[in-house]
Amino acid sequence: MNKSEDLLESARAGNRRSLSKLLTLVEEGHNSPVEHGKGSSLGITGPPGVGKSSLIGKMIDVWIERGESVAVLAVDPSSPRSGGALLGDRMRMVNADSSDLVFIRSLATRNHPGGLMDCLTPMVDILSECGWKNIIIETVGAGQSEIRVVAFADRILLVDGPDRGDIIQAEKAGIMELADLIVINKSDLPEAERAAKAVKSALSVGEDDTTPNVLMVSAHSGQGVEDLVAALPNVITSTDRERLRVRERLISAWDSTLLNSTKLETTLQALEKGSITLQEAVDKIREEG
Amino acid sequence: MRAYRAKCLNRFLEGYYRCPKYDLTMRIVVAKPGLDGHDRGAKVIARALRNGGHEVIYTGLRRTPDEIVRIVIDEDAGALGLSSLSGAHSVLIPRVCEGLRKSEMSNVIVFAGGIIPEHDRESLYDVGVRAIFGPGTTSKEILEFLSTIEKRSESGEPVGVGEEAGWHW
Repeated sequence: MNKSEDLLESARAGNRRSLSKLLTLVEEGHNSPVEHGKGSSLGITGPPGVGKSSLIGKMIDVWIERGESVAVLAVDPSSPRSGGALLGDRMRMVNADSSDLVFIRSLATRNHPGGLMDCLTPMVDILSECGWKNIIIETVGAGQSEIRVVAFADRILLVDGPDRGDIIQAEKAGIMELADLIVINKSDLPEAERAAKAVKSALSVGEDDTTPNVLMVSAHSGQGVEDLVAALPNVITSTDRERLRVRERLISAWDSTLLNSTKLETTLQALEKGSITLQEAVDKIREEG
Repeated sequence: MRAYRAKCLNRFLEGYYRCPKYDLTMRIVVAKPGLDGHDRGAKVIARALRNGGHEVIYTGLRRTPDEIVRIVIDEDAGALGLSSLSGAHSVLIPRVCEGLRKSEMSNVIVFAGGIIPEHDRESLYDVGVRAIFGPGTTSKEILEFLSTIEKRSESGEPVGVGEEAGWHW
């Protein structure tokens, strides 16, 4: 048995330290010891400042109350300048660190398209294998690269806030098309009702039975959070959204292949000098196949 | 020391594309133990470490020693920075160090900051704290501390909280 199999065995028996070390190994690019994993995850995304982490904190409270375990992979961007990252999601999940039913791991994107994506699915499989019932991938839904991350989840929950004009941003970024359930947070604020209506009307074009539900919650007061948690097992997806997710995953894998290509450096230099065109560069890298 | 070497960390740095580039950085938890309610210092440190290329997990205010140990385990952090301004450092910091040792996290590097009077420092070094940074410390100094730690651990000298005491910054 190699190191990762040892760690898996100990993690299965409930050793958090082994689980944590195993996730690190996978993050560093080692192969996962879990083959044909059956892990299923919920992606939670939405614009910055909309209350995703606070909402997850409240959802965790509900799960703890029910005696269900929950693992969160909280993804934040790495700084493009230093390569470092400031990961502050867990400061909003206040009750999480005193319960054995909760495991939170902060992950930085590490500025490597494909890098983090390569390890998300194995991580979810490992968590599932070790008995974590609810597995969440949290990411800021602000741009294309974040959509890539959340597309690795099996169901996607989009969180939005009242009157921020963000729903238009979400539509532009294409997150709306991926969402299986939409939640308007901060329902204690007066504009929340209006935001929910705006979202519903945006969704009503081409409505059918797979159109996502819109729920209102308040991570501040806890209102609606129990209903949200209760609704999660019944959230359905559509073939269109499934197709979109698979498409994003394929593009991630493609990126990854490109960046790991042995010809990347020489191709970049050639492009820099202008001695080949972009199309020639693509053809050159594809030849490797 | 647990440091990660990203397989291929491609970066756009000052408009220049460098690839593939190996990078050596750490995952560091910055924590606020106890009841003090001011975290400007901790946040400044967190940003400075981030700008130094490290991945920093900030815990937020009012964490118990047990919670902090749990966070270091879950995040598989290589280092832990504890900020204390309330005067409870002599009670809380040794408890965190003890907890880490009990949880087989003896190789984690622990450093402290905030208002920690000179006459309290020796006893903290004795329980495994490797550096104490007071007011006026530059972020450069903290980054220098971490690269010294890196060199020491590469040559097999003790740096972790549960390893042989004696050396501190």
